Amino acid sequence: MTAGTVLAIDGLRKTYGTGPDAVTAVDGVTLDVQAGELLCIVGPSGCGKTTLLRCIAGLAAPTEGTVTIDDQLVTAPPPALALVFQDYSRSLLPWMSVHANIVLPLKAQRLPRAERDGRAAEALAAVGLGGLGARYPWQLSAGMQQRVAIARALAYRPEVLLLDEPFASVDAQTRADLQDLLLDVWERTHLTMAFVTHDIDEAAYMADRIVVLGAPARVKETVEVDLPRPRDQIATKALPAFADLRGHIFASVKAEAGRRSAGDGPLV
Amino acid sequence: MTTAPLGRLARRLPVLAGRSALQLLVPAGLLLLWWRTSADSTSYLYPPAREVIESLREEWLADRFSSDILPSLRRFGEGFVLAAVIGVVAGTLIGLVPRLQRATQPVTELVRSIPPPLLFPFALVVFGIGDGSKVALIALGSVWPVLLNTVDGVRGVDPHVLDVARSFRIGRWREVTRVVLPAASPKIVAGLRIALSVALLLMVVSEMRGGTDGIGFRIRSAERTFDTAASYAGVIVIGAIGLVANLVFVVIEGRLMRWHRGARGRVDEIEGRGALA
Repeated sequence: MTAGTVLAIDGLRKTYGTGPDAVTAVDGVTLDVQAGELLCIVGPSGCGKTTLLRCIAGLAAPTEGTVTIDDQLVTAPPPALALVFQDYSRSLLPWMSVHANIVLPLKAQRLPRAERDGRAAEALAAVGLGGLGARYPWQLSAGMQQRVAIARALAYRPEVLLLDEPFASVDAQTRADLQDLLLDVWERTHLTMAFVTHDIDEAAYMADRIVVLGAPARVKETVEVDLPRPRDQIATKALPAFADLRGHIFASVKAEAGRRSAGDGPLV
Repeated sequence: MTTAPLGRLARRLPVLAGRSALQLLVPAGLLLLWWRTSADSTSYLYPPAREVIESLREEWLADRFSSDILPSLRRFGEGFVLAAVIGVVAGTLIGLVPRLQRATQPVTELVRSIPPPLLFPFALVVFGIGDGSKVALIALGSVWPVLLNTVDGVRGVDPHVLDVARSFRIGRWREVTRVVLPAASPKIVAGLRIALSVALLLMVVSEMRGGTDGIGFRIRSAERTFDTAASYAGVIVIGAIGLVANLVFVVIEGRLMRWHRGARGRVDEIEGRGALA
């Protein structure tokens, strides 16, 4: 672990059930995330990415190993971490306005009202939804709802932002817009981000570093990404280095998926 | 832009008028039929409609309004509110704690299977012959739909939503009041609506069984003195109370559940079923 490490995962293992029926979802992940880093985690679908994320977020207890944030052992959801879930329609509360959704966690922190309202307005502006606080989530489009979920996480002021396939349920154009929005937020705040995705292009486009997971989840390979920033949907993706990187990651994930369908790994 | 909705309203106006005319047609026809067929009736079981209306105006809406209708309404209201509060609070606790559900299930299954009017003697023994036993019977009978629907709703909350609540550390109290209860509210409201009609039924039953005032008591004594017109008028009063209570409920439900219809409509739209018809 180096000095700039914010999030440290050490020998994390998660097994469901016991005896011969036991299923291993996470099989010994060791991983450090540096302060201000944008780390993407990719892997074949169903490789236990979500279980790994739930363990990091303190929503599930690991069977073995530890997760620490700022040298604090994670045993419950840590205050320094905010989550953006894949399914925006189930993660925003439809009975509350956008504003109420964003300030609900802040009320629990007993922040004064002016501070809460200020943070909510700022976060909404940061995701390009300024002035829409009075709307209800279901009055917004899919992309706007996911932006509200990002705003809620930003207003929480975490050190680490954890994103679980956040753009998997929106159309391609919205997805590209949201990627650029998130990069823009990251450039301005330099939050530490761990971004789980099954989309290799997305990982290559966004990341400082890509972790390829095997199945069940373990670190198969770590790839440093040195594509220039700021990134651009057309220019960056036209670079030969982008094509090389994409091809490399694709082969790595595909080999893993092939190994699994050949019957080597458990179906998790 | 602003004229478009107005134009649409203007086009829809004849349709709306036609629809309400249709809705008024059947009741008006039935009233007329009743009035005509009963006008010369000499059977005490089928008094002239005019006598029923007279009783309604001169007895029920005069002296009996404060001596009988108001006490009945108070019992109905108290019993229903008691059932709603107990049902939601106990249902939430039972729904949140699986062990509590296992412990209480045999008793709740048994008691809710007993037709509530049969519990009246029990209520009399425990709460005395006054208003207490009547309110208790109303609450005891109408608590079940609220309780069972609340348990069902609380247990059915999407675990994903609870993950959100926990990861943002909103605390147990906020988790229950701001997340679990709203998520369960469509089911709770459905239970309350059933409870409303059960409460009205039990109000009448408890007043017919005993007491010295109330709509049920007056209907029963009118029947015993062969004053059929007065007892029919009492039935109309009960019907009107049920109608108004339901209307009030629908208005409140519409306000509270706006998000639910909105979110549903949105889902329908996404899944290609079209918005609310």
